[in-house]
Amino acid sequence: MDKLILETKKINKYFHDPVTNQVLKEISFKMKVGEFVSVVGKSGCGKSTLLYILSTMDTDYQGQLVLDGTLMTGKSDRELSQVRNEKIGFVFQFHYLLPEFSVLQNVMLPGLKLARLESDEVEQNAIEHLKSLGIGHLAGKKASQISGGEKQRVAIARALINQPLIVMGDEPTGNLDRKNSDIVFDIFHQLAADTGQALLIVTHDHEFAERTDRIIEMDDGRIVNGGT
Amino acid sequence: MQIALILGISRTMLMARLRQTVIAAVGVTFGITMFITLVSFMTGLNKLLDGLILNRTPHIRLYNEIKPSANQPVNLSSEFRNYMNIIRSIKPKERPLEIYNSQAILRRLKDDPRVLGTAPKVVAQVFFNVGAIDLNGVINGIDVVAESQLFSFADYLVMGKFQDLETVNNSIILGKGAAEKMLVDLGDVIQVTTARGERLPLKVVGVFQLGIADIDNVQSYTSVQTAQKLLGESNSYLTDIHVKLKDLTLAPGMAGEYKNLFNVDAIDLQTANAQFETGTKIRNIITYAVSITLLIVAGFGIYNILNMMIYEKMDSIAILKATGFSGRDVKGIFISISLIIGVTGGVLGLLFGFILSSLISQIPFKTAALPAIETYPINFNPQYYLIGIVFAIITTYIAGFFPARKASMVDPVEIIRGK
Repeated sequence: MDKLILETKKINKYFHDPVTNQVLKEISFKMKVGEFVSVVGKSGCGKSTLLYILSTMDTDYQGQLVLDGTLMTGKSDRELSQVRNEKIGFVFQFHYLLPEFSVLQNVMLPGLKLARLESDEVEQNAIEHLKSLGIGHLAGKKASQISGGEKQRVAIARALINQPLIVMGDEPTGNLDRKNSDIVFDIFHQLAADTGQALLIVTHDHEFAERTDRIIEMDDGRIVNGGT
Repeated sequence: MQIALILGISRTMLMARLRQTVIAAVGVTFGITMFITLVSFMTGLNKLLDGLILNRTPHIRLYNEIKPSANQPVNLSSEFRNYMNIIRSIKPKERPLEIYNSQAILRRLKDDPRVLGTAPKVVAQVFFNVGAIDLNGVINGIDVVAESQLFSFADYLVMGKFQDLETVNNSIILGKGAAEKMLVDLGDVIQVTTARGERLPLKVVGVFQLGIADIDNVQSYTSVQTAQKLLGESNSYLTDIHVKLKDLTLAPGMAGEYKNLFNVDAIDLQTANAQFETGTKIRNIITYAVSITLLIVAGFGIYNILNMMIYEKMDSIAILKATGFSGRDVKGIFISISLIIGVTGGVLGLLFGFILSSLISQIPFKTAALPAIETYPINFNPQYYLIGIVFAIITTYIAGFFPARKASMVDPVEIIRGK
């Protein structure tokens, strides 16, 4: 049996405002190292909520989350941020770059925080990542001065800087036009093929989903297809 | 926590919104500038007003008062000890005004570590003879050096030099009122007659003005030796010893102590000038009230600006946390942002406060009471600068701490989902 990168055990999540409403119901699934998984489902089915829990950014849930063989549930804020820094790369729907910083600094920050490498090595890696994503020439620009497609690629570079075990994306192409979406698709596919990093991408786009190893389909807070 | 990285992030965030940063820092600067200026000005004025009394008044005055003896002979008699003795029409005891054994007292006071200095004095009633008219006057024989060191005598001279009292034989410094009445100028000689009829010509070497007409019309100063000569007394004759203490608040206790020790009358500043105490107290209360109000108002301004600044950065907090920065890092970033603003704003506030109060200290301010004062008084006490900067740092720290702590505790997704 292949080694597991991610495993959830009966995760339940409620929203209490304005009325208590269960958004995730007994979510249990496993993901292997190097697997490329997409999560699809209608709007409001809980797929983004699930992703936030999986990425340890949301700690308000019941059940258990195991990442790389370690139980994440109940860990402190500091330990979780360490995990996010080292093991998880996250790409948001709205890129979420720090507008005050340059493109290069945005990519470098998680690497500087991890401090596994010297800062000039981090810078070197960041430039390489930017180049491989075809945006090396933007390194010196302010994050607020580049286009949406470029921003999303910078966000991907940022997610990759610490060579995470798993890259998660919350509709990373949801806000992009066709051309830029295709570029981002290709990047993810290449990643999956080249680096052996696991990818977990929430998407609306069935064409995209079909090109992944496995599709998890969600409906009304449950996994209806592809959970195992 | 990597301090260099945290500081680097804070710096970039500050520089990115330079205008907002400057506005926040200006808020701090303005508050601290106003605090420094007003406190320096108010305490400067207070010190001036206190000085009006304190400069010219001894903390303790030793003298002999003419008064009836407290112990009448009948009370000493053993026969009438257990009686209730009622005596009518007591007359004051014949008692010289001279302080007995004055030289020993002066030596003893000099050795007392609580005493800053002493000024011996000979006070006598005199008449100034102007043609056929005699003007009432009081002549004070003073130790010129001690008097000017302890009681800023020189500050009140409007004409002449106080040193001349010592160097010129038989010289006198007149009050401005008396000098005008007699129409005398520097170098003129006036005739002085004592109560016992001795007469001496004295040369006018200076004119002083205290701004109190009663004193300027009547008082005059000469050297101790001249006064002793005028009265025909020996060179140990003294009627008053003025004592200045290092700590003014000890005066009432020490007056009682000296009274028993030297067997003379002693009166302390607080008793002699009760209205001065009240005035000082009230002025101090006003100063404290105003400076505390200023600090609170400045504090709220600083708190508001920084609070807003941090809430605007909530997105950045979410991003930093999502990419692996812990709550502590986020707190560190925002507290260092606050402190950078607080320290720069505060230091600039001190600087502008100093400049503004220096400007005020150049504004002309003429008062008859204080001929030595020409501009508004400012108290450049470093203590206020210390309070100012400490306050700026503490308020900005608090203003940064609470929102930063809140931001450090929320899950990043709470902020992201809130969009």
